[in-house]
Amino acid sequence: MNDHVILRCEDVTVSFDGFKAVQGMNLELKKRGLRFLIGPNGAGKTTLLDAVCGKVKPSGGRIVFQDGIDLARRKEHQIAELGIGRKFQAPSIFPTLTVEENLELAMRQKRGVLATLRTRILSSERKLIRTRLEGIGLGGKGTLRAGGLSHGEKQWLEIGMMLMQEPSLLLLDEPAAGMTDRETDKTGELLQEIAQERAVVVVEHDMEFVRNFASIVTVMHEGRLLMEGTMDQVQADERVAEVYLGKRREATC
Amino acid sequence: MKVLQRASASRYGLATAYLLAAALLAAAPLFTSDFRLNLLAKFLAFAIAAVGLDLLWGYTGILSLGHGVFFGLGGYAMAMHLKLQASGGKLPDFMEWSGLSKLPWFWTLFQSFGMSVILGIAIPSLVALFLGYFTFRNRIRGVYFTILTQALVVISVTLITGQQAFTGGTNGITGYGELFGYSLAAPEMKIALYYVTAAVLVVVLLLSRFLVKSRFGKVLRAVRDGENRVRFLGYNPAKFQMAVFVLSAAFSGIAGMLFVLHVGIISPSMMGIVPSIEMVLWVAIGGRGTLIGAALGALLMNGAKSVFSETYPEIWLFFMGALFIVTTVFLPRGIVGLVADGWHRLRLLGRRRKGVPEHERSRYSAV
Ligand SMILES: Nc1ncnc2c1ncn2[C@@H]1O[C@H](COP(=O)(O)OP(=O)(O)OP(=O)(O)O)[C@@H](O)[C@H]1O
Ligand SMILES: [Mg+2]
Repeated sequence: MNDHVILRCEDVTVSFDGFKAVQGMNLELKKRGLRFLIGPNGAGKTTLLDAVCGKVKPSGGRIVFQDGIDLARRKEHQIAELGIGRKFQAPSIFPTLTVEENLELAMRQKRGVLATLRTRILSSERKLIRTRLEGIGLGGKGTLRAGGLSHGEKQWLEIGMMLMQEPSLLLLDEPAAGMTDRETDKTGELLQEIAQERAVVVVEHDMEFVRNFASIVTVMHEGRLLMEGTMDQVQADERVAEVYLGKRREATC
Repeated sequence: MKVLQRASASRYGLATAYLLAAALLAAAPLFTSDFRLNLLAKFLAFAIAAVGLDLLWGYTGILSLGHGVFFGLGGYAMAMHLKLQASGGKLPDFMEWSGLSKLPWFWTLFQSFGMSVILGIAIPSLVALFLGYFTFRNRIRGVYFTILTQALVVISVTLITGQQAFTGGTNGITGYGELFGYSLAAPEMKIALYYVTAAVLVVVLLLSRFLVKSRFGKVLRAVRDGENRVRFLGYNPAKFQMAVFVLSAAFSGIAGMLFVLHVGIISPSMMGIVPSIEMVLWVAIGGRGTLIGAALGALLMNGAKSVFSETYPEIWLFFMGALFIVTTVFLPRGIVGLVADGWHRLRLLGRRRKGVPEHERSRYSAV
């Protein structure tokens, strides 16, 4: 496989009881960079991410990670250990743990039963957690129960957890949903920054957000790749307009 | 800063409470009758099982209604050893009645006390490992897992009841009274056994506390909060679930062994559905998710049971059911939760009197 490619989806198909949510999807990601994945509701974006991180098993095609690792054969926790981080559409954190403990568990480390029994948190790790807390704007809130955070703060915490994992591929499903404009901008900047060291895929509906931060955009429709290009190319494209407008027309009548 | 002070103040309070409890435990033989001491020792054994169940249910969110089986397996291991001792090289009486002429091979394992203790821990652990392996790995959880634990109870009880020649059937195994040649009924022996049980409970509590505070314990709580999220962080939840299930089964096995030493009998009715559910009630009422709550729940509930069921045996079950409903609906964190909340409120009241500004107060109550 090409040195610069970290993930390649070849002809991936995912079906639910015969219904093909993703059919023959192709996607190639470089080692670094921010990729936006857009498409109307039900296009199969979430399902594609699910297939990559092992939540659903593709019924056809191949998903190849780094130098030829076939992800379809691995379990979720093994895929996570390979360095693929996932953020879900709804914020999912551990509400009864403190904010710090959430980050502590996410931190890159050995994750076996015995390893977790033996470790103590090092002062360097504590410092790392502190720094990360500041970075995600939860500076003074480390010892609070995570369940008590606001919706936006939970989103941030989850992004912080993903960063603690130090993944080489990061999959985010609508990370800015429910955030204020300022928070959204901050998220965008953070994503751009972290994408300098790793591959980041962001599913997003907010076109304003995509326009501000995207370099390459992948458009999905009905489980397939519709087109790929810069935001300008995408916006100028007839088919994309039709897919989005068509949806809108349906929705109004 | 204030938050810090508050935390350390309540830590001192807790430490004092623990020391007080330890002192009470140590001094109990001085001021209780033999009969009461024996009861208390039995309750302490129950508390050991309750702590294990709490690790599983309170911390990891896995409800087992089958821990009576693990308790019973430990109990049988000890009872088999005692029975062999009592029979003095001859065939145990119930085997003769059932027409056996030779000691079954697996009984010979229990001739040594050490081996019996090892098996009393190992057998429940292995049964738990077996069940856990096939359930957790296949992501069977929640109510489905709970139903399977009930099935385990039904199978075990049926098996033991049916194999009368090997297990003593419905009557269980009884009719022994000596350990290492000393009478189990002797007052000194009773006191010694009491102290052994209390010491085991303390060790179990300390070990559990270590586990709960460790990163392992945090993963357990994370599994309870969101098993899937744990998985996508790269942990294998099934391994953690199996580990805690096996551990809690082992604790129940230990409790069962001690129980037999105090009570002198083990029978299928002591490992059935009702005892299994009762164990869960101790934890629920004491306060799940707090180790001391589970232990206290076992002591209080059994204390209440021995008082009430002596005077009103017929309403005890109803009373227990009602208590369970009341705690689940009104006190989800049990007695310990109630006490903690009350304490917290008292402190808030005190602070209010000292005139803390409104915004500070609301922050405290939110914490
Ligand atoms: N578990 C499932 N079982 C059956 N059908 C499913 C399942 N998950 C998704 N689908 C279907 O697959 C299609 C694609 O869903 P998916 O969630 O991937 O879309 P999406 O592009 O993420 O949409 P949105 O933008 O609304 O999040 C939808 O039609 C959905 O109903
Ligand atoms: Mg989606």
